[in-house]
Amino acid sequence: MTGDDKHLPLEDIHTAAGARFGAFAGWSMPLTYPAGVMKEHLHTREHVGLFDISHMKLFEVGGPEAAALLSRACPLDAGTLEISQSKLTFFLNEAGGILDDLIVTRLGDDRFMVVANAGNAIADEKHLRALAADFDVQVEPLDRVFLAIQGPEAWAALSRAGIETGSLLFMHGVEPRKNWFMSRSGYTGEDGFEIGLPEADARDLVAKLLEDERVLWIGLAARDSLRLEAGLCLHGQDITPETDPAAAALMWAIPRDTRASGAFIGADALRAAVERGPAQKRVGLKPEGRQPVRAGAALFDADGNPVGHVTSGGFGPSAGHPVAMGYVTTSLAKTGTRVFADVRGTKIPVEISSLPFTPHRYRKG
Amino acid sequence: MATTYFTSDHEWLRVEGGTATVGITDYAQEQLGDLVFVELPETGKKLAKGDTAVVVESVKAASDVYAPVDGEVTEANGTLSSDPSLVNSAATGAGWLWKMKLADESQLASLMDEAAYKAHIA
Repeated sequence: MTGDDKHLPLEDIHTAAGARFGAFAGWSMPLTYPAGVMKEHLHTREHVGLFDISHMKLFEVGGPEAAALLSRACPLDAGTLEISQSKLTFFLNEAGGILDDLIVTRLGDDRFMVVANAGNAIADEKHLRALAADFDVQVEPLDRVFLAIQGPEAWAALSRAGIETGSLLFMHGVEPRKNWFMSRSGYTGEDGFEIGLPEADARDLVAKLLEDERVLWIGLAARDSLRLEAGLCLHGQDITPETDPAAAALMWAIPRDTRASGAFIGADALRAAVERGPAQKRVGLKPEGRQPVRAGAALFDADGNPVGHVTSGGFGPSAGHPVAMGYVTTSLAKTGTRVFADVRGTKIPVEISSLPFTPHRYRKG
Repeated sequence: MATTYFTSDHEWLRVEGGTATVGITDYAQEQLGDLVFVELPETGKKLAKGDTAVVVESVKAASDVYAPVDGEVTEANGTLSSDPSLVNSAATGAGWLWKMKLADESQLASLMDEAAYKAHIA
């Protein structure tokens, strides 16, 4: 960790909770709390995990041409989103590579919320502002604490804390109070919520939530194992400016009409990539045995030919076995295919697996 | 009568009759977090001081455990293959990693005793 890392507004609360900190994406972040990554992970799947994700950035995009700007910046027809509907989308470069993955929510006729990854926030803002120059639109980065409340009892814990989530469904977001943004979404595969809110309100909400014994602080280490089991990508690892949505198996996030006729940045390159078919595809990887296979490990076929690499890997506490994802030659990207990962000179057999490793439990209706 | 030594890499060695039992300290297991896999050395493997003897893997990362002195592996703690969490729950006891026959006992002089180690992590 360097002294240049940014500090969370609620850092004092994490320190008091016994957090162990580490650097991530330019921030000093709680990695684990005294319960430890294994218990934190399992607790989130059974009860409620509370995560401070204030390193992520919220942007409000507003103005008569807000939808037009977002439909240019992202492979998205923002004008067709219903009010309160959220969508996973991307900023692509001209080659179709993924600059960042984002959640865009329509707040009103000409207002949208964009949630961006911490590591890309500065570049994202610059990118969006440069594009915004051609549109009648404002891009406003918001100063918010951002909390994730995840797990099967998340709604009940919020209700007890005085926040009714009622009819809000998965991948929808609303503004329940002044300067609040609450969406039913997350990065764990569980039902859950993400709430952006002013610091003073956040301190109140955290205090109320922690009165509930079902709620436990969860660090970045368990956030990573939860999202990996859920098959969700981490930008910078599983998706990068060198991978396009076709190779990343994320074309489901791009509506058919937008793929065909959208005028978003990277459209031509992406259409050509889809036409060609990706050389490699993102897949789930299940190592045989107990030994984890980590990011960066090279993958080989039975004859020893290189066929890809691992982009994320670790142990899945809920799955009960090591879990990983990575890219393999498209012809091998079939569930059940066996490849081999090189771990410190030993070839570990790894089976191509469908994602997620643990079923999603979103509240869709 | 066994004597226990410590290294600045947070290992302990319990030496008796020219053989050392080696493990990681409680401080080290706490820093690593929940272990899910331990890669153990083969019996008979010759280790030079500083060689990677064991790899301990937590949910998040893999970390090397180095040979604190020269010697030959006489036994590895096979129990850890089925229960790596023993290193967390009993780092200085049932969670030992390997035993080695010392090649040069004079190397022990450069290691720390418990008081010095406690000062080291304070």
